[in-house]
Amino acid sequence: METVPQFFRVGPSPQVRLFFFALLSILLMVVDTRFSSFFGIRQTVGMIIYPLQKLAYAPMSLYDQVEELLDDLQLTKEIAYLRQQYFFNQQKLFRLQMLEEENAQLRQLLNAAQQTEAKAIMADILYVPRDPFNRKVTLNKGSTSGVTAGQVVVDDLGVVGQITQVHPWLAEVTLITDKDHSVPVQVARNGLRSVVSGAGKNNELELRYLSVNADIEQDDLLITSGIGGVYPPGLPVARVTNIEHDRSRDFAHITCIPIAGVNRNRQVLILSLSSPVPALPEEEPRNTVQQGKQRKNHAQ
Amino acid sequence: MPNDYLSEELALEVKSSFIFFSLFSALLFNLLPLQEIILLLRPDFVAITLLYWSVNQPQRIGMSLAFIAGLVMDVSNSSILGQHALAYCLITFFGMILHRRLRLFSVFQQAPQIFWVLLIAQFAALLTGMLGGTYLPDWHYFLPSATGALLWPVISFLLGIPQKPKCDSDEL
Repeated sequence: METVPQFFRVGPSPQVRLFFFALLSILLMVVDTRFSSFFGIRQTVGMIIYPLQKLAYAPMSLYDQVEELLDDLQLTKEIAYLRQQYFFNQQKLFRLQMLEEENAQLRQLLNAAQQTEAKAIMADILYVPRDPFNRKVTLNKGSTSGVTAGQVVVDDLGVVGQITQVHPWLAEVTLITDKDHSVPVQVARNGLRSVVSGAGKNNELELRYLSVNADIEQDDLLITSGIGGVYPPGLPVARVTNIEHDRSRDFAHITCIPIAGVNRNRQVLILSLSSPVPALPEEEPRNTVQQGKQRKNHAQ
Repeated sequence: MPNDYLSEELALEVKSSFIFFSLFSALLFNLLPLQEIILLLRPDFVAITLLYWSVNQPQRIGMSLAFIAGLVMDVSNSSILGQHALAYCLITFFGMILHRRLRLFSVFQQAPQIFWVLLIAQFAALLTGMLGGTYLPDWHYFLPSATGALLWPVISFLLGIPQKPKCDSDEL
């Protein structure tokens, strides 16, 4: 029997290996995109690299702490200012409470549903994916903190995105600028309903299916309409920056920029609706998408 | 200009633990939370480290390691599972078939050649990403290959430190 010394044993040629691994990864990709059945694998690998992500974030959190310490020095001045503001706002708050009660009464009179109040979880953005064209971020709160997929992520200004995947200590947010993400919105000025979708670019959104003669103007504010039950109504989403009327197309080309600091913040809020909206009939959410598709096909 | 082989030092053997350590730290660098311009310019450290080892120690590093590293990157990047795995396998493949030729050159002369290898890998990732329908990047997408090639001499130096002979062989 022929034996090859260890030194000369090289195994299969690089071409064969590349072929094998390329085939394997293509298979993985096909299964992952078509059936998305690798949730388990993702979760375990995600748990293994969690300490690494935490470690990578350590300098950032150290910086935050130092910044906090420095901020403490300015606090006395701020406290005085805030106290003043507090008395100022207290007055407004009383009026708001009164209005809220009045509103509830009126709603009862009209037999309309109560506006849902949302519970919020504070979270830090732990990690922005390596390539800046992938519009997703990872937060440092996961299912152990009560985060579930489908919850809405906002900052102090408006909507940031939606939770799409949850690990035990991490959650993945798809930003509203993602190409495949849409938010049902309303124009704040006249209540015109539409759906705003990500452009897949940095800090840009587009209103895809508004007809050329729709009543929309530059600097119009878009707020969530609450239709579909995912986003609570009334949150600011985007501001219209550019309207392009191209006669050769059925739809106006409208671009917007998000109100929230979609690509700036490090702290965000995860909202969960305390009283979930009753389940919709099956076809309803799909209907809008299909309509959109049909119209798109028609346009082509 | 070929090197002067007589003056070249014989490299010491590298411990596998150092290879793993370098890959881990590369992963750590890839995970750093960066923003804006730096994010656009940040090279793929794992890809460069894999390329370095497959050029300098092709016997020690296999394509399976590259594949696993790719899967880890895919999960942390939340991209399609297998996208980076394919790119990293391509990188080790080119490292394996080019290592004899590349080692004829100095690290500075290697850098432009490294650029093309990184670019091919990025192109593969781009193609699979586009077919999967995940994203449509700008031309900036290819910048990390250039910065990676620019950083190649630095990374080669850092990873080459444990391979330096401890004492001078020409001493006596």
